[in-house]
Amino acid sequence: MHEYSIVQALYDTVVAQAAANRAVSVHGLRVRIGELSGVDPGLLDTAWRTFRERTLCAAAPLEVEMVSARWRCSQCGGEIARGGILTCGSCGGAARLEQGDEILLDRIVMEVP
Amino acid sequence: MCDSCGCGDTNLVPLEVQQRILSDNERTATHNRHHFVERALLAINVMGSPGAGKTAVLEATAKALAGCRLIGALAGDLATDHDATRLTAAGIRASSITTGSACHLDAAMVHHALHHLPWADLDYLFIENVGNLVCPAVYDLGQAANVVVLAVTEGEDKPLKYPVMFHKADLVLISKTDLLPHLPDISVERIVDSLRRVMPNPAYFAVSARTGEGIGSWVNWLHEREAQIAPAHYAEAGGRLHV
Repeated sequence: MHEYSIVQALYDTVVAQAAANRAVSVHGLRVRIGELSGVDPGLLDTAWRTFRERTLCAAAPLEVEMVSARWRCSQCGGEIARGGILTCGSCGGAARLEQGDEILLDRIVMEVP
Repeated sequence: MCDSCGCGDTNLVPLEVQQRILSDNERTATHNRHHFVERALLAINVMGSPGAGKTAVLEATAKALAGCRLIGALAGDLATDHDATRLTAAGIRASSITTGSACHLDAAMVHHALHHLPWADLDYLFIENVGNLVCPAVYDLGQAANVVVLAVTEGEDKPLKYPVMFHKADLVLISKTDLLPHLPDISVERIVDSLRRVMPNPAYFAVSARTGEGIGSWVNWLHEREAQIAPAHYAEAGGRLHV
């Protein structure tokens, strides 16, 4: 379960941003997680709830926005359905993942003096 | 401070960040990659389930490359150094990365391990990841290519069940093909059909470490990749080898 190491990286990023903005606490986070990122949103939330205890993020819930995979043809740009063969039915080009592999910190709500 | 009445209350401020959470790992991976390219070293991240045959494939690779290329390996293992011992016996300059409870290697572990393995004169470096079809796919190590070893005994739908791992693969080695006569319900064609649903550019070889089947094709693939990592080619590609 690698979600704990992702939460460690998330926490380090948030703390650096909080310090740069002289925040006294963090009240919320929003992350964007792609369907093909290899990250499980439920496990990420569980890891976050454990990790945030007794830190300046203790009161910060984690909002997870899931991003579905979307494939397009790398040649003609046509959309290619998920679950099918990843080759364009029109021109034979290989599929390219347009979205769905992101592991992004989107937004932090912090309390500043 | 609350700027409406001067009461001294604090403000809640939203900050749009848009930052990749694993950016630290990506920076270290880029650092590793620059080291490899400077030395024209082909680094391959070898992934797969526990028991898929990763170590056996590397032993067969060492046999095929004996006297032709100098190869090294970093073997990620939760608790033992058995894989590194086997690889050393096969003539590979190998070292273990014992991860404890960590289910994957990351770029910092590889960087640290490189301080303990003389690697600068190697032609190929195989980074044998922890046996796991989920977590290792998430972490860039600085490799030139990802190779997934998938044994015929694992079932035909593994690529569909673990799409992230196979989507990230540059090559899949369908291993243990010597067992196929004993597996009447398993078809390599159906495994390949699964790969085509998760890999945009499906590349695969059916191999057997025991009989040597397919090992020649795999070694040729390595030679082709080796030609692509020369520093001049790397500069032309804008300093990016793995996207």
